[in-house]
Amino acid sequence: MAEQIPFVEYLVLGDDPHLVAHECTACGARFFDRRNACASCSGTEFKQAKVATQGVVRSFTIVAFAAPGIDVPYVSAIIDCDGTSVRANVVNTPADPENVKLGMPVRLTTFPIGTDSEGVEAVNFGFEPAA
Amino acid sequence: MSAENVYILGINMTKFGKHKELDTLDLACEATFAALEDGGVTMEDMGIIAAGNLMGGAGPIAQMIQKQAGQTGIPAYNVSNACATGATALRVACMSVKAGESDFGLAVGVEKLAGAGLLAGGSRAKDGEAWQRSGRYGAVAAVDGRIGTETMPGVFAQIGMEYGHRYGGANFELFAQISEKNHGHSTLNPLAAYTKKMTLEEIMGDLMIAYPNTRPMCSANCDGAAAAVVVSESKLKTLSLEQQRRAIKISASILTSDPFEEACQVLPDVNTLTRNAAKQAYEQAGVGPEDLDLVELHDCFATAELVHYDNLMLCEEGGAVDFFKSGAPFRDGSTPVNVSGGLQSKGHPIAATGIANIWEICHHLRGEAGPRQIEGAKVGLAHVIGLASACGVHILEKSSL
Ligand SMILES: [Zn+2]
Repeated sequence: MAEQIPFVEYLVLGDDPHLVAHECTACGARFFDRRNACASCSGTEFKQAKVATQGVVRSFTIVAFAAPGIDVPYVSAIIDCDGTSVRANVVNTPADPENVKLGMPVRLTTFPIGTDSEGVEAVNFGFEPAA
Repeated sequence: MSAENVYILGINMTKFGKHKELDTLDLACEATFAALEDGGVTMEDMGIIAAGNLMGGAGPIAQMIQKQAGQTGIPAYNVSNACATGATALRVACMSVKAGESDFGLAVGVEKLAGAGLLAGGSRAKDGEAWQRSGRYGAVAAVDGRIGTETMPGVFAQIGMEYGHRYGGANFELFAQISEKNHGHSTLNPLAAYTKKMTLEEIMGDLMIAYPNTRPMCSANCDGAAAAVVVSESKLKTLSLEQQRRAIKISASILTSDPFEEACQVLPDVNTLTRNAAKQAYEQAGVGPEDLDLVELHDCFATAELVHYDNLMLCEEGGAVDFFKSGAPFRDGSTPVNVSGGLQSKGHPIAATGIANIWEICHHLRGEAGPRQIEGAKVGLAHVIGLASACGVHILEKSSL
């Protein structure tokens, strides 16, 4: 099997794929990007926190125009994963308002997005209906 | 606070739309000279200039305007604050007057955007030889479109849908009805980029950009400029009675940024900073939302207008859908919102928007708005928001001098 790497650094692959956040040890605020400090309390100590892989769609849109190389239409959503908000595409369901609903339960899934010249496969995440 | 009261002495917006024959500076100078003339003053009188232009890229716009309109050696501030740039420029001029550094200040916003298409988020990185991580997420390719959307129509669609999820009642048809209202209002505004009434069917059946926002539910990219001259109350009292009569009091001038909230770095929170700005503005002006005769708010997308009814406290918390359905924000309603046609029809030349909305309010408070005049208007509120984020709220009142 080809070597796999996660699309972003906050995605952990393997048997139990999940997202990991930088959690401020002082106030508990969570972030997905590289941090200089906490935007909530300016603290500088973080621990790695596993984010729930199940959630509900708190908001979504169906994007019909996007940058070159992005298939449209696609569903962009804000997922409430047990109190941590995650931005992701909703996948494995038709991109229309009949199939994507506010409050819909979803779960994390992963999928390859391409292979580079050295045979390394990049794997991204999305959320799929969990009903 | 014993600081000086500040008034709008002169103000102007150009026609919004396509200006093929005019460049950025032509537009900026047209608005500048018209605002000066409206106030009965000249560049010689100005003690400060603050100006903004986001997409021109040619250099410091304030000094470029001076090079055409008058190099008087005054301090020049170049302002950049996304869609709140115009409001920020005005506020810089106000602060200088309030601080006693200047008697008169000039604020200008200008943009050439016609035909710019959709202002998208990050474009895709080039396919490399081997995956390479870059940016703060350590992503191997652009995240826009692969991990949700960064495009403006998509981001603001999610902002409106989130409100719907929280309070219910907001659906595609309701958002389209908000757009129908604004396009209806625009027919009375000769300076709007688009002045065509649109039916609900036309709006819902138009090109879908980012559900639930179709093309006419998105702000229109266009060319335009707006400029304002501000003056201290003590100076105003030395001017002619006609200048005093037409002057508009800036009862509140507020700028906020977005305080930290859970999720605000995942989906921009345009709510908290707008609510904060509104609270501060009402307190500073000593008026409440029920006192407003008209409101120009930042309807960059139909989905945005709904949430700002609530953020500006024009309705009960969670009551924006009912507020709209009651007819309140229509021009014959209790709190007319965007009688100019709003950004969806008037157009959104980014840096000009935060002054153009104040021009609209002043026009009504002066009783000079012609067929679209809100009769007897005495108090108005102008709101803009720029993502990243910045929110400007100004409350304006008829002069009682
Ligand atoms: Zn913290």
